[in-house]
Amino acid sequence: MTALLARLPRRVGSSIGPIVFLLPMLLVFGLFSWWPIVRSFVMSVQQTNLVTPAEYVGLDNFRAVLDDPLLTTAVQNTAWFAVLALVIGYPVPLMLAVIMSDVRRARGLYSLLAYLPVVVPPAVAVLLWRFFYDAEPTGVFNTILGWVGLGPVPWLEDPSWAMPSLVLEATWAAAGGTVIIYLAALVSVPPELYDAAEVDGAGIIAKVWHVTLPHLRGIMLITLILQIIGTSQVFLEPYLFTDGGPDNATLTVLLLVYNYAFANTTGGDYGKATALSLMLAGALAVLSIVYFRVTRRWSE
Amino acid sequence: MRNPRRRGLTALATIASLASMSVLATACGSDEDDSKSDGKVSITVEGWRPGDEQGTIDAVKKQAEAFMKEHPGVKVEPIEWEWNAETFSTQLAGDQLPTTFRVPFTDTKGLAERKQIADVTEYVNALPYAEDFNPSVLAAAQGTDGKIYGLPTDVYGVGLHYNRDLFEQAGLDPDSPPTTWDEVQSDAKAIADKTGKAGYVQMSTNNTGGWMLTTLTYALGGRMESEDGTTASIDNDATAEGLQMLHDMRWTDDSMGKNTSYEWGPINEAFAAGKIGMYMSGSDVYNALVTTNQIDPDSYGLAVLPLADSPDAGILGGGSVAAVSAKASPEEQEAAVQWNDFYRESKNYDTDAAVADAKVLKENDQPIGTPTLPIFDEDTWQSVQDAIAPYVNVPRDQMTSFTDGVFDQTLIPEPAAHTQEVYGILDSVVQKVLTDENADIDALLADANEQAQGLLG
Repeated sequence: MTALLARLPRRVGSSIGPIVFLLPMLLVFGLFSWWPIVRSFVMSVQQTNLVTPAEYVGLDNFRAVLDDPLLTTAVQNTAWFAVLALVIGYPVPLMLAVIMSDVRRARGLYSLLAYLPVVVPPAVAVLLWRFFYDAEPTGVFNTILGWVGLGPVPWLEDPSWAMPSLVLEATWAAAGGTVIIYLAALVSVPPELYDAAEVDGAGIIAKVWHVTLPHLRGIMLITLILQIIGTSQVFLEPYLFTDGGPDNATLTVLLLVYNYAFANTTGGDYGKATALSLMLAGALAVLSIVYFRVTRRWSE
Repeated sequence: MRNPRRRGLTALATIASLASMSVLATACGSDEDDSKSDGKVSITVEGWRPGDEQGTIDAVKKQAEAFMKEHPGVKVEPIEWEWNAETFSTQLAGDQLPTTFRVPFTDTKGLAERKQIADVTEYVNALPYAEDFNPSVLAAAQGTDGKIYGLPTDVYGVGLHYNRDLFEQAGLDPDSPPTTWDEVQSDAKAIADKTGKAGYVQMSTNNTGGWMLTTLTYALGGRMESEDGTTASIDNDATAEGLQMLHDMRWTDDSMGKNTSYEWGPINEAFAAGKIGMYMSGSDVYNALVTTNQIDPDSYGLAVLPLADSPDAGILGGGSVAAVSAKASPEEQEAAVQWNDFYRESKNYDTDAAVADAKVLKENDQPIGTPTLPIFDEDTWQSVQDAIAPYVNVPRDQMTSFTDGVFDQTLIPEPAAHTQEVYGILDSVVQKVLTDENADIDALLADANEQAQGLLG
């Protein structure tokens, strides 16, 4: 009995403690993540301007979105961004991490340099790069290219150049975070393996191929799917750099969602915006499931 | 067994989490800014643009104090705000607008129809000049139901703004700006060739591309929509001619510079910085060029738009309506209309008010005398102009082409229905022509017309 009484307060204490700790997270998550998700399901079947009472319209919003000729443009542009980001943005952090992990001196400095762009507020970075991307021959990048006899490049002023320009900036801005993840994973590779490979006569490339990459496989698969999900939702760069232009060449799915909701100056179409958001979320969920099914064998 | 240090940490973390929750709670609650503190009606009003100089801010605040002396029951707080196609509806949806704000003529009907701005007929009719508005101007502030949704406070006609310094450097006479579009084109080429700056630039993004393409179309004698706003007529000859001219300037003459993504603010900035020879914008843009972009007054010139030799050719005229938030209480709505009367409208009607306003502007070194167009009848407008003449500090003699010529030009209102959406469609057309040398203008216009017709029903 006495033992029970003695234990009681501790039990109560230990069950309240976690809840108190969880509360802020539950509150913030519930308020800012889950509640909007629930609301967007509701709004996707409504016609509403958030002022007058909402009206139930069934699947009309979904139909309207699918009938919009800009949807095809937006999906194609988003896919193009994802492909470019994969080709440019995916190998860069990996290479940087492998090289940096091999550096003996001042490794901290290199990590700092790689990570610094992540610290720059994204909007500031874009405004800065817009300045770099000045299409006149006197623009920063065009001046540099001029030194080696190239350019001037129309960067953001040409439908076919605009998207690669956005990807370049996005890669610069995001690579640092992924580099840190790879660097952490690289530490877990036992150094004996490199020694053993060296004894077997492996060069640098062979060591990377046979030792480093196999150990990073799990992480690489995760960063790949994270990157695909991230690039499918690209918004900031097209919004701030080009506002989808020139001639919709950088209009992405998320920018289209934004335009549905907010670009009309007399009030937005929140039904269409939420309908397209849900379709995007659904497509990404399916993609993730397929991806993990397919790659389950490789990552084991 | 817990060690004391860890328990200390736990306590600290608990306090921190509780504190963060209370911060959240206050953040949620702080919106309840009661508008009747100490029995006063309290409103926020559009004060100055982002980036405006201190003098502009001081002048507005001084006016607010003067207003509050006249209306002791009202507390007015001017805040930084500017209408922007990109942010307006976000602010509207998020309830982040001031109590009263100005929207373009094009949007009053749509906003009224969606009940996003307040019906202020009662308060406007209480003003002494309610019966004296130019009917076509007042129409811009009315909903389709005939009720009044704000005060039309400023009317502009589009003019051709040019840089006198660049004209001189290019060997052109700054006192004889171009009077035909052919001259615009040849002057632009001269400027580009001699100075390396862009000779002529036209806005292209954020709905301003459509706004200016419509202006160019009007000047060449075309229309974008039928007068009742039921039929789109974007694929007309004037628009095609205008686009062809832009295409030739951009790709053959290379006189538009390499940067083509401009909207209202950035093009003003580039013009004030001396990077642009000529561009079209509202006749009143000189105010912003001074207060936001610190333009050198000596370099500024304003001309009337060249018009084609067609009975339908005219200049696009527009303006702003000072509207009131639909969420404001009746008392706040009344106070907002009174403020707009005091600060923005009475100076357009009453010579005493105009002089008082000019005095405050002069004290704060703000531009006085920038060309506007009549909101009431032309006599009223003229008497106000005469009254403020001693205070005028803008270079009026560099604007004579406009001030002498504008009253001979036909003022054409903006397209009647879905205006900003149609402008958005036209943005793409302008961008395509300016960024793709092989753009098929006829196909672009046919496609844009179809899209616009889809909106008009």
